[in-house]
Amino acid sequence: MKLLTGNDLASGDVTWWTGTGWSRHVEDAVDVGDQGEAIAHAEEGARRVNGPYVIDATATPEGPRPAHIKDRIRALGPTVRPDLTLKPADPNAGSWVI
Amino acid sequence: MYKYDEYDHSIVAARVEEFRDQVNRRLAGQITEDQFKPLRLMNGLYLQLHAYMLRVAVPYGTLDSRQMHMLAHIARKYDRGYGHFTTRQNLQYNWIKLEDAPDILAELATVEMHAIQTSGNCIRNISSDQFAGAAADELTDPRPWAELLRQWSTFHPEFSYLPRKFKIAVIAAEEDRAAMRLHDIGLQIVERDGKLGVAVYVGGGMGRTPMIAPLIKDYVPFEDFVSYLEACLRVYNRYGRRDNIYKARIKILIHELGAEKYAAEVEEEFKAVKALGIDPPRAEFDRIAAYFAPPAYDAEAPDALDRSDPDFAVWLDQNVSAHKQPGYAVVTISLKPIGGIPGDASADQIDLMADLAKTYSFDELRVTHAQNIVLPHVRKADLYGLWQQLRDAGLAEANLDLISDIIACPGLDYCSLANARSIPLAQKIATRFSDIGRQRELGELKLKISGCINACGHHHAGHIGILGVDRKGVENYQLLLGGSGAEDVSLGTITGPGFSEDGIVDAIEKATDVYLRERDKGERFLDTYRRLGMAPFKEAIYG
Repeated sequence: MKLLTGNDLASGDVTWWTGTGWSRHVEDAVDVGDQGEAIAHAEEGARRVNGPYVIDATATPEGPRPAHIKDRIRALGPTVRPDLTLKPADPNAGSWVI
Repeated sequence: MYKYDEYDHSIVAARVEEFRDQVNRRLAGQITEDQFKPLRLMNGLYLQLHAYMLRVAVPYGTLDSRQMHMLAHIARKYDRGYGHFTTRQNLQYNWIKLEDAPDILAELATVEMHAIQTSGNCIRNISSDQFAGAAADELTDPRPWAELLRQWSTFHPEFSYLPRKFKIAVIAAEEDRAAMRLHDIGLQIVERDGKLGVAVYVGGGMGRTPMIAPLIKDYVPFEDFVSYLEACLRVYNRYGRRDNIYKARIKILIHELGAEKYAAEVEEEFKAVKALGIDPPRAEFDRIAAYFAPPAYDAEAPDALDRSDPDFAVWLDQNVSAHKQPGYAVVTISLKPIGGIPGDASADQIDLMADLAKTYSFDELRVTHAQNIVLPHVRKADLYGLWQQLRDAGLAEANLDLISDIIACPGLDYCSLANARSIPLAQKIATRFSDIGRQRELGELKLKISGCINACGHHHAGHIGILGVDRKGVENYQLLLGGSGAEDVSLGTITGPGFSEDGIVDAIEKATDVYLRERDKGERFLDTYRRLGMAPFKEAIYG
């Protein structure tokens, strides 16, 4: 599957395209198929995202899992600061990244 | 410490308001990201993996407690309670909001700080010896020279759009604590016939094509040195390649042109520049130098030390260096706790270090390129009390220049350029070698990790260097041996095929075992490697 991701223009937060808007949580991301570039163009123009790009991901029961470690780190947060990730209380979050 | 004059204040304040307007226009959609990106980079604002990152300049690594407290304040108010001290003697915040950036720069300006020259293809923040003004072995304090260059280079209209970024280091001692010859220009202050001048090295650097700067001129008198550097930059600006980012640094130009030909071009240009009369009068240098006058030392400060506390004694031996003033010492606070993140400090720790500087070090601190903090002027009689406070705050790791004093870039945990994580590797290595007795048995061993070929973690200059690469989406690590950023400068050599995260920790242990087995009396790891060559290490690592 293909996901569309970028950063929020004002806050810089990592965001994921949900089909109707942007979420900080990769679990909310949807497969954009071959529409990623078009959505990115429109959303960037509307200043709802900065630097959007399309990535490969795998559908899993827990939600989409980005194919590349860089995007998994973007999705969760720094592996060396679990307290600053989106799932600070989840002891297994790190293994999802690695 | 240098204090801003009216001109300094006005240009920094004007820059803050200019950037505020640029940010507002970006948020309002009046300019695109393509238009905005070079503007934000000129103000030290990057977009990294998780958020915007702001790099704050610490000119030649020197700051006072008021500035340090401001760094802590910004960490709390605008970031997530910590900062990261960098290999360019600067500080980075990892979680900045674009909408907050102008306010942060405005707050920094109140304590004479900014983010100018921390990004973009300009002359970057000038770096220097972290022991400047205190080192027992220095010829003079290099910081007035560095400050003069800061003033010369700030917003220099001719050098704001160089082919590529440009880094300058200034030292004034034979011992090179600033990796001087791995800079685009390295300056060593030298004396000839009783007059100070600079030896000029040009064309060094790390990155994907590491090079050691050759000596271009062995002595340029003070009266000519700004003109001479102007000529060095002009020749680069004219001939440096702008068609290929990977060949745009001055080191490539000098490699292709040859050092002699480059030097001849500089000499020719120098004649034209000198006629412009841009060299500052001696009185202006003296005005600047007065800000760096030695503090009011206690001439009666005792030299005696009570070493009866064994943990304190280890810290003394490892983290305390000779000072030029009897009764005083230079203290390096390690930001490398075992298992910690190299160079990171919490807001509370930053505040504490500021308070300690105020109490014990004439209100002065330094950031080192090895990502540690220095209190440059501490009475020996105060060392024990200082150490106790550092210990209570987790800042008394006695590992300066030992294997756990690791330089590591932010790597893939934070950096959008990185291919692999650096910090977890540093944590694993430090943990494997955590026993201080074992570390001290290994002696001076500079280990440096970069998460990509850009080499922010100085891996080429590590006695042991590690380069993270991306092998089909999996982190892989190359091992290098034999580098040095010091006066015995050299570039490391790759041992062979790369390793997994766990594999490289084992490989390092095997390399250190070879050293312990083969070393001659008094040899450091680097010395043994240089004497024996790669073969026995390679055999142990891959055999």
